[in-house]
Amino acid sequence: MREDTYLQERGHLAGLTDEQLEARFWELAGEVVEPLVELARTHTSPSIERSVLMRMGLDSRTCMAVAAECEKRGLLGHGAGQIVLHCATKWSCPVTEAGRRLAAGEGWDEVAAKWGVRRV
Amino acid sequence: MKSRPSGGCAVSDAPLQPNEKLDIPALLQDIAHYRPRRKGWHWREPVPDQQLGPFTYKETSKGLTNSVPLPAAHYFGDIDPQPDCVVTTEIASGRFEDDIRRMRMAAWHGADHMMVIRTAGQSHMDGLLEGTPEGIGGIAVTRKQVRATRRAIDLIEDEVGRPINFHSYVSGVAGPEMAVMFAEEGVNGAHQDPQYNVLYRNINMYRSFVDAAVAKQVMASVRMAQIDGAHNANATAREAWKVMPELLVQHAINCAYSVAAGMPQADICLSTVPPDSPPAPCMRMDLPYAVALRDLFGQYKMRAQQNTRYMESCGREATVSHVMNLMISRLTSADIQSTITPDEGRNVPWHYNNVHAVNTARQSLVGMDGLREFVRLDLDNPEFRDKVRELKERAVLFFEAMQRDGGYFAAVEQGYFVDSGQYPETNDDGIVRYADGGVAAGTIVERADDYMAPVCHHFGLNHLPEGLSRPCEPIGGCTLCDVEKVPFTDELDPEDNVNVRLEHTAELRAKGLLKPEVEWAGDGIVVVTLFLPAAERVAEFAALELAKAMNLHDPEVIHKQVMHPAEGTLVEVKGRLDVTIDPATLVIPPPPDILSADEVRAFVKEHGLKVVGATVGEDEHSVGMREIIDIKHGGLEGFGVACEYLGTSVPVEKVLDAAIEHAADAVLISTIITHGDMHRQNMEKLADLAVEKGVRDKLLLIAGGTQVTSELARGWGMDAGFGRGTKGIDVASFMVKALRQREK
Repeated sequence: MREDTYLQERGHLAGLTDEQLEARFWELAGEVVEPLVELARTHTSPSIERSVLMRMGLDSRTCMAVAAECEKRGLLGHGAGQIVLHCATKWSCPVTEAGRRLAAGEGWDEVAAKWGVRRV
Repeated sequence: MKSRPSGGCAVSDAPLQPNEKLDIPALLQDIAHYRPRRKGWHWREPVPDQQLGPFTYKETSKGLTNSVPLPAAHYFGDIDPQPDCVVTTEIASGRFEDDIRRMRMAAWHGADHMMVIRTAGQSHMDGLLEGTPEGIGGIAVTRKQVRATRRAIDLIEDEVGRPINFHSYVSGVAGPEMAVMFAEEGVNGAHQDPQYNVLYRNINMYRSFVDAAVAKQVMASVRMAQIDGAHNANATAREAWKVMPELLVQHAINCAYSVAAGMPQADICLSTVPPDSPPAPCMRMDLPYAVALRDLFGQYKMRAQQNTRYMESCGREATVSHVMNLMISRLTSADIQSTITPDEGRNVPWHYNNVHAVNTARQSLVGMDGLREFVRLDLDNPEFRDKVRELKERAVLFFEAMQRDGGYFAAVEQGYFVDSGQYPETNDDGIVRYADGGVAAGTIVERADDYMAPVCHHFGLNHLPEGLSRPCEPIGGCTLCDVEKVPFTDELDPEDNVNVRLEHTAELRAKGLLKPEVEWAGDGIVVVTLFLPAAERVAEFAALELAKAMNLHDPEVIHKQVMHPAEGTLVEVKGRLDVTIDPATLVIPPPPDILSADEVRAFVKEHGLKVVGATVGEDEHSVGMREIIDIKHGGLEGFGVACEYLGTSVPVEKVLDAAIEHAADAVLISTIITHGDMHRQNMEKLADLAVEKGVRDKLLLIAGGTQVTSELARGWGMDAGFGRGTKGIDVASFMVKALRQREK
């Protein structure tokens, strides 16, 4: 609980023009979101990886199965899309077919050969 | 409505006919091959100084080709001015097949933003749903539901002649997937705000922000409009008016984060609500906030929401609050005017309340058109100016403290948000979430040095091979570049799907049977309004018994209001009426056969036609009779009829004497319906006197009034009666036909 200390705390803002105050507001907004943006830039998630697979043309159930297996094997950080693309290239098939085969449990040894076994 | 394949997989539909219902089963045919016609948001096209009828409008946009104008529009040549801002309607019936019929109704009343509410709980599902399961308080958002709805909206927008924005939610744990599906399916706008997930859905804060950046970039790729979630602080905080500084902060976080994720400022809309309602002096409290917001966020769009925080079950009270919210929109600005249905305080919105809400906005915005040029906010008033400044300073202090305390995530852990104190005052009742807690905690993963996603519009580190023309080149194109690559999954649940639901109402559709409804086809729900001369609790229970006596099943009191603690209570009861009507069995009298204005004029010119008119009894209303007689209202004078208007409160004897003196062909009396039965007595007296004086056969006796019907009037000795909505041509047409008959 804190009393309203607005009048005591506003001293350093009182001298700012409206424009300066608004600039200060946006400067702070930028500072607050900067580490959040950096976190997003350097991280991924199961939903993000499924959204990549979707954009590759895989249906939602296949996306779900492939991303879940990648997560289980600690491979999400390489990108589930890259894993599907790798298999499609190896198998000379469309990525949608590679996705279906991986979803059915096929080809994970191929994946392990490149990225190793579970490491998390 | 017939579907025909054209151009490979694409499907196009025959246009809607205004006199035909949407064909729901046809919308589901070939749905796998339907593709959206366009993507991105549509803003209305303003028409400066638009002339409509005798008026010049300052803040309106291009009109509609089909619409239902406001109720009073028939006095104004049926003009239907469309405000300059997009108007939203929120639909939440839980069944998309019923939602789309409501969308068509709302579109005809001027809604061009269909906000489909998502069912409770879907935000916690880590993945997409498929098929068309029924939702509670909203639909389950699935590809099939979205596609069928988009297909219907494509037809509806052609019918009304204005593009319609389709909107839902890119929130929850599956935000990035939802964003991709929406981008593929032509959804035009969505809520996206990671803070909403954190505060109100208790989704892990890291996951929420990491997902949001990807979702936002995908949304931006198709120029979807984004609406943030800040207004929920108003709807949640104990004293909603005290969270204003925090709201500025929440808006700014989502705006800055969205821009960093690649979204153009022009597509970012702030969801803002006037926080207060009467009996608080709300406009004086809300205006400084509205101004502070628009000062700080001038580069962004304003989505003006209406207050729900203090909504009770009285639709009238809600509507008045919303009109005040609309006044704030008009005195400041709104790019999207959202509407809340007047029944949201009592139930999930019903069909006609969506229409009422849209009309509240349309009526108010048009009524206040150009007001800003005459009525300006007095920003030189020191108190007003200082309030605006104070809110901005409090928001800056909030930001500074957050930074001192370790940034956003730390601030959430310390309960900074939705605290009911006006910052820097705190009440320690804010929402607290922890970085390692919430739904999907511990699920984000650092991108490895070789992280790669071979698709377009992907936010963040992406180690694609060099020299690509576009990121999806290695896979030969992604779904955002080639719509034909979008897969379709049909129903997965054999029971909970649209086909099963439609079977239950198949007979109604096939035979054209009628059953009342408020939400779903054939739901049978009706409302009865009762005034009972009893105290509140007695009235409530008596009303339920009365509803049962009316054969209403599952009666439920949805509104009660004390008129006086002892004298009486107003009660509204809903219940289910399991009665079905076959329109083929109805005896419907043909609509009156009206002669053309030219035909009437020709008859009058040849034969002459004289009437004597008066408002009889002790009635000072002259409006109705003037409407019928005056040339400027399209009345009898306009057809060349000689009219002698005697005025108001004229005794019946005097009317008849004047008719004899002027050798009139007809007597017109106007009368209100009275408790004392005076209207009946006046008509009978006129008829009797005419017989006594031997002029009954020479005179047409005609009575009019708001609740007069021709049947009633004839029963009381008149030749005809005319009720509400009667025009001069109706009366003229009757007189000409009657006189022709007499000549024969």
